[in-house]
Amino acid sequence: MSAAGKLLIFGGVGLAALGMIYGLHYAVFAEHQRLDHMGGSLATAFVEAANRNPEGTRSAIEDYRRQKFAYVREVDVHSHWVGLAMLAIALGVVFDASGFAPRTRFWLAVALLVGALIFPLGVLLQNVQPGSLAPSAMAVSGVLLVTIALAGVAFGFARK
Amino acid sequence: MGARRILIFGGIALIAAGMFFGDIFAVFILHQNGGKTGEMLLTAAQAVANRNPASVKDAFGHIGNLLEDRGTKIDTHVHMTDAGYLCLLVALLQPYVALSRERKRLMAAMLVLGGVFLPIGIFLIHYLGLAFSPFPVIGWASVLADSAGAVMIFAILGQAWGLWKHARSVRSGPVEPELPLENSWCRRALLTGGTVLILLGFLFGAWYSAMHLYEHEAREIRILNTILDVAQSADASSPTSLAVNDYGMLQAEKALMIAAHSHVIEFGLLAILLSFIQPYVFLSDEWKARCVKLFLVGSILLPVFVLLELRMGLVAGGIADAGGLLVIVGMIGMLVGVLRYSGKLDAEAGVSQ
Repeated sequence: MSAAGKLLIFGGVGLAALGMIYGLHYAVFAEHQRLDHMGGSLATAFVEAANRNPEGTRSAIEDYRRQKFAYVREVDVHSHWVGLAMLAIALGVVFDASGFAPRTRFWLAVALLVGALIFPLGVLLQNVQPGSLAPSAMAVSGVLLVTIALAGVAFGFARK
Repeated sequence: MGARRILIFGGIALIAAGMFFGDIFAVFILHQNGGKTGEMLLTAAQAVANRNPASVKDAFGHIGNLLEDRGTKIDTHVHMTDAGYLCLLVALLQPYVALSRERKRLMAAMLVLGGVFLPIGIFLIHYLGLAFSPFPVIGWASVLADSAGAVMIFAILGQAWGLWKHARSVRSGPVEPELPLENSWCRRALLTGGTVLILLGFLFGAWYSAMHLYEHEAREIRILNTILDVAQSADASSPTSLAVNDYGMLQAEKALMIAAHSHVIEFGLLAILLSFIQPYVFLSDEWKARCVKLFLVGSILLPVFVLLELRMGLVAGGIADAGGLLVIVGMIGMLVGVLRYSGKLDAEAGVSQ
């Protein structure tokens, strides 16, 4: 097996481990609390509205918005890390079948792995620094790297 | 039957069953559940208008119940298909797992059985609840799901142990040969098609997050504020139902876009995995090609028409379900091929009895 294939398989296993450890930590320590908080704040908004308490309603809706923003990104990070890891492992097994020179294959593998790492990381950092451009730029860079690498791999398989 | 055949057969069967369940869920449960959730949200808004906090809490209790019903069914579908992917992925690694034949078969059987009982447990959570459970918050269905998950983790750790032994050049018995790298049309079509599907799904996901994610989040808050503002005003009934309808449409829009994104990527990954196991599909080249074409056509139809449901409604939904059926038929064809496979590759390495 070539260096590119090994890199994808071992990098994929590492990424899968990272995604699973993050997911396990999230499921045990954060997810239920987040969901309870989210559902509770929406119900509170309606209850406060029934009590004709506009300030309480606004505050609960804002709380719901913040919780939902964080929840969507937390779940996305877990699923994208694990999904991209599975893709890296699967491609690693067959990467030598793509019709590129070993050097090109190696750099495609590097692009795929780096993109797969920093795209979800950027999404996660949006929760740490909401509204900041840096995490979004990191996520977009990751998406670009993965997209370019995948386009290259598809072309390589097609021309073999 | 060797460990790899158990994993390939079990993996394809789990994916086909998971997809069939997903099709049934989409046709008979998803829309009805969404309708009931909308009705309950309207009830909550009316309770706000009537200044009745107790009814609001009651309505949200019902909404929680409906969301649990929907969530456990989606989880059943996702976990069954993902367990199938895992089985196929582990099947690929078998030549590098240095365990005895019996242990490898045991690990493979544990992984497949875990993949069967984990989603069954998840499915039963909504129906069994805490009935006859000795635990205060965990029901028997959760115990079943968690136990099956633990069995799968044990089996995966076993595989990791085997990989570690292989890395240290330890041999424990006959090893499956690496799958032949045939250059058939089916293999190339699945590899190229799979990678293109993943690329399309990825581009769509990037477009969705850039153009719709933030807009959807802002629109949801705007609609919720409208529902609450209108419900608190004097003339509440009609405008509230309009806003609740908008809320339902927004949830449907989000769900369909995410479903299209995730399904096209999953089908792409599945196509790549299926390309590896083509040597195990004992069918004529013509029939293998038919299965691959059905699979790839269905893989495009389902996500595209899921997306078009926003504009074309149930007609597109029907075509999407038909696409799902094509994928299932293609996979069952390959499953038949795996069943008909004579064991030649395993016999050569002495891993089958």
